[in-house]
Amino acid sequence: MFNWAEHRLLWGAIALFMTTASAAAAEPGHFGYGTTPTAAQIAGWDIDVRGDDGVGLPAGKGSVSQGESVFADQCAACHGTFGEGEGRFPKLAGGNGTLKDDRPEPTVGSYWPFAPTLFDYINRAMPMPTPHTLSSDDVYALTAYILNLNNIVPNDFVADRESLPKIKMPNHDSFVWTDPRPDTAAKPCMSACIDPGAVKITATAEGNGLTPKTTGPLDTMQPK
Amino acid sequence: MNERPQAAKRGNVRPILWRGIRGRNLPVISKLAGQRNVALGRRTVLGLGAALTGSLALGAESAHSETSEMSPPADAPWSQSLGAGVVDRPYGTPAEFEAGVIRRNVPWLTAGTESSISFSPLQSLNGIITPNGLFFERYHAGRPDVDPAQHRLMIHGMVERPLLLTMQDIMRFPSVSRIHFIECPANGGMEWRSAQLNSLQFNHGMISCAEWTGVKLSTLLEEVGLKKEAKWAMVEGADGAHMNRSLPLEKCLDDCLIVYAQNGEALRPEQGYPLRLVVPGWEGNVSIKWLRRIKLGDKPWYSREETSKYTDLMPDGTSRGFTWLIDAKSVITFPCPEKPVSGPGLYEIRGLAWTGNGKVKRVDVSVDGGVNWQTAQLHEPVLSKALTRFTLPWRWDGKPALLESRVIDETGYVQPTIAQLRQQRGTNSVYHNNSIQTWQVKADGSVFDVQLG
Repeated sequence: MFNWAEHRLLWGAIALFMTTASAAAAEPGHFGYGTTPTAAQIAGWDIDVRGDDGVGLPAGKGSVSQGESVFADQCAACHGTFGEGEGRFPKLAGGNGTLKDDRPEPTVGSYWPFAPTLFDYINRAMPMPTPHTLSSDDVYALTAYILNLNNIVPNDFVADRESLPKIKMPNHDSFVWTDPRPDTAAKPCMSACIDPGAVKITATAEGNGLTPKTTGPLDTMQPK
Repeated sequence: MNERPQAAKRGNVRPILWRGIRGRNLPVISKLAGQRNVALGRRTVLGLGAALTGSLALGAESAHSETSEMSPPADAPWSQSLGAGVVDRPYGTPAEFEAGVIRRNVPWLTAGTESSISFSPLQSLNGIITPNGLFFERYHAGRPDVDPAQHRLMIHGMVERPLLLTMQDIMRFPSVSRIHFIECPANGGMEWRSAQLNSLQFNHGMISCAEWTGVKLSTLLEEVGLKKEAKWAMVEGADGAHMNRSLPLEKCLDDCLIVYAQNGEALRPEQGYPLRLVVPGWEGNVSIKWLRRIKLGDKPWYSREETSKYTDLMPDGTSRGFTWLIDAKSVITFPCPEKPVSGPGLYEIRGLAWTGNGKVKRVDVSVDGGVNWQTAQLHEPVLSKALTRFTLPWRWDGKPALLESRVIDETGYVQPTIAQLRQQRGTNSVYHNNSIQTWQVKADGSVFDVQLG
């Protein structure tokens, strides 16, 4: 059997070995698989624009009036001519001051905290059927138009990599970026936890007609 | 349904499953229909098939009397005939009687199906692993069909050695397998204001659990070498949304996985084929599917999906961002609206519990709306950030009952009631409703989604 000193020595040696082994694994290029992407390869995919400071915004520019015509061609079918939203597609403008209401209307103007995020999202994800096909100028123009619809920029505003990061969005200060949960402190009571007389059903989904069928073929819920 | 190859290869997918119920595939139903009324036409056979399938999916009891000619003492036709041979179904499919066990959507919830959600049929699943074809779907720009030979993962930004990897390259790295759930934080989101959907599937089916195989993200980050300024990673998909989220580096280095396999086979296209991120215990949308790029930086990106969406609006008009954690949650999966009880007697209450904090420690069950609770049995394996099964025997006296389950996780966190959550967050926060589900059992055994005051 080891005595205590030997024991410590042994574990020390194991610890040293493990440190060495993991240090070797941590060396960049240890495996050596793959290739180094070329500058052109990186540039093609490096599309992200950071919301709070606009880092990553490309060259180019677009005005409100240019944006109005691009919007009519590319966006209005779903979002409505003035960003009011068709059907269940998102409303892009309005809703200011509704966030505390019973039915809040979060839009670019009433909710979004950062203007460069708008450029980033249009550029990466819109128009929905043909995403990431618009020129940077067109994306700038759409960004300018949607901000103008929300009365955040004037009619003569031109969006570019300089102007967008300077915009302070109306709802910017309402975001808390650290998670305060857990925000409940329920106790695991086991018996007579509440007065049986106080157990009342306050809401039921029975018979409200909102639930699709869960048997048979997919339920489209379309009237026959 | 389109991942059932037999149906898919015949072209028009949707009706096939239901038409497939006739003919030699289901001699029982044809014969039964013929026996009941020799004049029955094809249409009636079809209708009966659908009805039978429905009732079988619901619990079989009612169908037994109908099939008495197949039950003892009779020898069933399938016992007196030669079955189909091997590779009759080269890629296996569920029994046709299970055709109703499918992902389903709520049509009124979204503008279309491309940026939408489907729900796993939890009422028909047993165990902690979700079959690949039933794993819930969430797309932001539809499901891309990515060619793995052309797919690349680029890692760049604040790294020593930018890297471009093919799928073959990624599969050479040391591999790990882990069982983890993925839950959309909008699971239960329709119930913030009121009880709306009378269904286990639609109220809780945005969770699924699988065994994931791939490479640890930390391995790849060590391989590229992080610059000391790197504090965040932006992860991005190859879908039309170029869906992207920011992740703090500590989480990336802790337990995130870059996976190419799900329950032993290649990822399904719906789940990010050929490559996805799995961020254990965090809201599902950060587990980017069709993963193509990881960029290291010193700050978060504040993308649309972490500012306009996936933020929680509070009653005072402020919003919480970066609420990644899935809090502990549990739900009784039997009985439930889809699986009622059929008369007084002994039943096994069954359910699932999970927590993004680690392991489930305990689940309690109440049958009287939360007045009294009994501790349920947890079933092995109890894994970190995975679904955990629980059961409790219950002798139902035939009187109305209010069933609830309540999970406590290894941090001591106790699942709250909807009233407790509303007190903190109001009714407009959309996401992270992990409240206790109440099922109302009526005297006739039917079950309804209700909320208690």
